[in-house]
Amino acid sequence: MEIANALALFANFVLVPGTAYGAQLALGALGVTLIFGILRFANFSHGELMSFGTMAVILATWFLQGQGVDISPLPTALLALPAGILVAIAMSLATDRFVFRFYRQKRSNPIVFAIASVGVMFVYAGLVRIVIGPDDQSFADGARFIITAWEFEEMTGLDEGIAIKQSQVVTLVVAVAVMTALFWFLQKTRSGKAMRAYSDNEDLSLLSGINPDRVVMIAWIIAAALATIAGTLYGLDKTYKPFIFLQILLPIFAATILGGIGQPIGAILGGFVVAYSEVMVTYAYKKFLAYLGPADWAPDSLIQLLSTDYKFAVSFLILVAVLLIRPTGIIRGKVIG
Amino acid sequence: MTRKVAVYYAIMAALLVVVGFYQSWNVAFGILNLCLISAIMALGVNMQWGYAGLFNVGIMGFTALGGLTAVLVSMPPVSEAWKAGGGGIALSFLILIGTVIAALVARRRVPAYLKLPVTIAIIIVGFILIRVFYLPAVDRIEEVNPAHTGYLGGMNLPIVISWAAGGLVAAGAAWFIGKIALGLRADYLAIATLGISEIIIAIIKYEEWLTRGVKNVTGLPRPVPYEVELVETEWFVSLANWFGAADLADTASLFVKVCYAALFVVVLGIIMWFAERALKSPWGRMMRAIRDNRDAASAMGKDVTWRHLQVFILGCATCGIAGAMMTTLDGQLTPTSYIPLRYTFLIWVMVILGGSGNNWGAVLGGFVIWFLWIEAAPFGQWFMQTITLPMDEDNWLKQHLINGAAYTRFLLMGTILLAVMRFAPRGVIPER
Repeated sequence: MEIANALALFANFVLVPGTAYGAQLALGALGVTLIFGILRFANFSHGELMSFGTMAVILATWFLQGQGVDISPLPTALLALPAGILVAIAMSLATDRFVFRFYRQKRSNPIVFAIASVGVMFVYAGLVRIVIGPDDQSFADGARFIITAWEFEEMTGLDEGIAIKQSQVVTLVVAVAVMTALFWFLQKTRSGKAMRAYSDNEDLSLLSGINPDRVVMIAWIIAAALATIAGTLYGLDKTYKPFIFLQILLPIFAATILGGIGQPIGAILGGFVVAYSEVMVTYAYKKFLAYLGPADWAPDSLIQLLSTDYKFAVSFLILVAVLLIRPTGIIRGKVIG
Repeated sequence: MTRKVAVYYAIMAALLVVVGFYQSWNVAFGILNLCLISAIMALGVNMQWGYAGLFNVGIMGFTALGGLTAVLVSMPPVSEAWKAGGGGIALSFLILIGTVIAALVARRRVPAYLKLPVTIAIIIVGFILIRVFYLPAVDRIEEVNPAHTGYLGGMNLPIVISWAAGGLVAAGAAWFIGKIALGLRADYLAIATLGISEIIIAIIKYEEWLTRGVKNVTGLPRPVPYEVELVETEWFVSLANWFGAADLADTASLFVKVCYAALFVVVLGIIMWFAERALKSPWGRMMRAIRDNRDAASAMGKDVTWRHLQVFILGCATCGIAGAMMTTLDGQLTPTSYIPLRYTFLIWVMVILGGSGNNWGAVLGGFVIWFLWIEAAPFGQWFMQTITLPMDEDNWLKQHLINGAAYTRFLLMGTILLAVMRFAPRGVIPER
């Protein structure tokens, strides 16, 4: 019983939130790694692209709610998602046309692309703050919980419950569906194969008649869609805060590099590794150990490795470890520049 | 060429004079002071990007370290807090050093297959030991008069010393991060610096025993006189009368700003002199050679990684100096005010606009961008007011647009950066 309680506690505070967060990071990292693989630069505007897409979703959600559309128990945001994705795709294609295409034709250094993406980041950040404002927006509706901690306790007779929020399940289902679709696209379709070939060896793929403009366009479309989905799921799970998207860039980059740059499977792995490490390192194990230890015993301190304030430090330490031990990442990614 | 530079600087000066006449001289000197600090930061980034081609996106962290140093140097020590927890903090610091040394020694002594396990074991033991002494000490320190102190305080030295000290602290952090990330691919450095800057801000925000955290340290000592004392000083009153000043308090605050400006000009002048000398020296030519063709420079026997580390440290130190100066000017350390768009990416816009590789360009970029960053707010307000003129006073869209007007500055900065990179990639004052 005690062990079951300990496991339930662990699942409630580490496993469930970590899984949802990991799926969100993985979706973000997939977009970064695609752009890294195809366009060969670190896209600093990806966080703000997430923010921009999510903003479009929120506006569409409000519109639908105003029209009285309701798909409860599911959140209305899911219905608004396609509209948001289209807006984000339009925005990133326009950005590519007016910003990045120029440097691509000039065959500029990757760093020049990265600095240009800083400019794009500023523009997106300004647009988001002018349109929706700098404040928090809560747009989750529908049912809050699939199962509350209390219901779980009733059901199993344990002292510790596992609460599962609806947003967490939605996150996981959507993430799995999107990832499956992406891998089907990359493995089975002509365009997907062309993309992988282009990412592997640009010159060789050009020789075999692959149209680079088309590959780049598809890469932006996928990245924008993934960014919007990741941002919306993150916003549903927590709340939407415009400033958070610059901070989330660090764990996303850490996940990308950990997984191996340009490697979609690596990005997913990296996202989950970063998320679980973050949650596990900042979790206080006092109660967990008290269940496992002898009866009526509890550790004196919280047994928390790092305070939650330092969750960035986890991404950073992972990054440093990868740089020192295996710079190519888990799945050997490419080394550019 | 030099004539063009002089014309640009004259235009910039004229803009500030216009602000002086139309808004107020207080506003103009307020802008000028931050222009000077921004120019120093831009010089630091220019050393890294312009001389050596390093992409550092952690400027905010090094600036914040400078600000932290200003507090640690200038504030009076809190002797009660030192008595309560100083020993514990010192002990945990010694254990930290001991752990690092033990790990380094052990790695040399043990056979290769044991290296990783032994290192990890030593780190875990050290970590646990540190926490045993560190956490209680922190609690005791933070309990000492939390409303006013609750931290260890500083060294009670003149705050000007912290400008140099801030540079040294930032240089130390730069050495650490550079050792790890330099010599690998270019964008690794960018992402690693992004990480270190977030961590530095987190430390400053949450280690209350060191910095008071979000409670802010206020009332830092000044290197210049205080307004309230000035208005009661005889020579100042007669000086103000001689100028025919109407409002004495206003004049006093202007006088303080002028004093700061004079100090900042001296610092900027010194750094500029060194930067120009360095750029024109054989060292500067070598740096640019490494930037333009790393492999060729390496083949000529230049130690590329070491030179990158060198210039990275110098640039970060310059940002640290600027950070200490900024905290001195504010008179307080507010950890929550450090946001990357303002303290990292804005500096990048300055360098790119001014002309990377050219110190005069970087300084001009610092002036222009800071000026626009400040003046974009009233301009954005005016713009939104104008386009919403036909709407009703309580129209929600009008209210919304006017509330968002302050953020037109982000839009403006992004557009400037993109436009400069596209149409004048060498900047306003290109590299010679």
